[in-house]
Amino acid sequence: MEGSMRADAKVCSEAGTESSPRGPGCSLRHFACEQNLLSRPDGSASFLQGDTSVLAGVYGPAEVKVSKEIFNKATLEVILRPKIGLPGVAEKSRERLIRNTCEAVVLGALHPRTSITVVLQVVSDAGSLLACCLNAACMALVDAGVPMRALFCGVTCALDSDGTLVLDPTVKQEKEARAVLTFALDSVERKLLMSTTKGLYSDAELQQCLAAAQAASQHVFRFYRESLQRRYSKS
Amino acid sequence: MAEAVPFGAESLAGGRARAARRVLDQVVLPGEELLLPEQEDVEGPGGAGERPLRLNAGARSRLRVVCGPGLRRCGDRLLVTKCGRLRHKDPGSGSSGGVYWVDSQQKRYVPVKGDHVIGIVTAKSGDIFKVDVGGSEPASLSYLAFEGATKRNRPNVQVGDLIYGQFVVANKDMEPEMVCIDSCGRANGMGVIGHDGLLFKVTLGLIRKLLAPDCEIIQEVGKLYPLEIVFGMNGRIWVKAKTIQQTLILANILEACEHMTADQRKQIFARLAES
Repeated sequence: MEGSMRADAKVCSEAGTESSPRGPGCSLRHFACEQNLLSRPDGSASFLQGDTSVLAGVYGPAEVKVSKEIFNKATLEVILRPKIGLPGVAEKSRERLIRNTCEAVVLGALHPRTSITVVLQVVSDAGSLLACCLNAACMALVDAGVPMRALFCGVTCALDSDGTLVLDPTVKQEKEARAVLTFALDSVERKLLMSTTKGLYSDAELQQCLAAAQAASQHVFRFYRESLQRRYSKS
Repeated sequence: MAEAVPFGAESLAGGRARAARRVLDQVVLPGEELLLPEQEDVEGPGGAGERPLRLNAGARSRLRVVCGPGLRRCGDRLLVTKCGRLRHKDPGSGSSGGVYWVDSQQKRYVPVKGDHVIGIVTAKSGDIFKVDVGGSEPASLSYLAFEGATKRNRPNVQVGDLIYGQFVVANKDMEPEMVCIDSCGRANGMGVIGHDGLLFKVTLGLIRKLLAPDCEIIQEVGKLYPLEIVFGMNGRIWVKAKTIQQTLILANILEACEHMTADQRKQIFARLAES
């Protein structure tokens, strides 16, 4: 029974990407997503992008400590656990970025004095980790039924030394790049919710990366739609 | 300077709002906007360029449409906030345009006024009981809210008991309050649930499916063994049969019903009826 439940809840789908050899230009790695795989959290999702894999669990709206409660909206907490070792400063800063993105999208005013907790566990890191965390968090929030005003996705761009743009870079490409930019975009009008960048780039290159990320997010949102439709078609 | 790539009609949720009527029973995603029937004429297939001129442009046929779970009003339109299938119920009579809601699969319960739920008493403080209903805070239940309870004649409720009651106050700003009597003062099946039996948790969607008027699962289960069963809208089911084994079998069947098709279910019932 447990096995069949997992199979029914598992939704794997390929993204609208080009074929495997990734040339310079805009192509994302293969995606896969599985929802409702954990029994304890109210919502859970596992998101794979190439070899990067993140597992997310959402608890909420649940009880909150009086010291942390906000009188007119929900308290959103994000916990990111790395694959090995204790969480450090890098995890704290990523948690803050993910929390700011989620707060912009989740309708916290509907559940004041409650807490919504997103727990992310890195299963494997092969580049574009923050984008994969954002995607997993979004799918887990949808699975938990937390009211949201839009969906969101994360896209990473890397600029190498001769200005070529690579989307969804691997660890090697990120290391050799001159700049790595991660954007979180919303689904309604592809607006920018969050951006974090590292490295050296010009103003024109920033706009170019943003435009490429907006185009790529279309693929991600289409993948979300397909996987959610498949999930609801089974019931 | 590069500009954002213009998107065509296949953009996911933004771009054009769709008519609610055409999206019925389809999966909708958070962020989508839906047009109510009265606005469809105004928006029209031509979009901004071809709106017909009207002499009384302000007056519109006012239909009162109720916005159910999963939808919010956003200006003139409905904004989808949860993922699920869009449903509509026509009103039998009257001028209201019916109810729209989104059928989503969820595990977490949010208290709603009028819902009948199963709670577990966690504390007794003075004149009220604190009851855990699975929401974000425990509900309060006054000791006078039982049938035939007075200040001298207190109900026999201990910490750890199961209570079946309904919410009289349940909104996002206040602590939820529940009672075990209806508006006439009668218990009507509510109150403390007996000591034996098994309480287990299922998803909210399964409870709604089991409580639907034409649900065959309950009828089939009733034919198997004699049983007592209580459904709480907060995802909790209490079941009691003659022996512990039968109770466990029933609990497993109900939990598994969510993922089984009708045929698989009939097979299992047939096999159980034989043994």
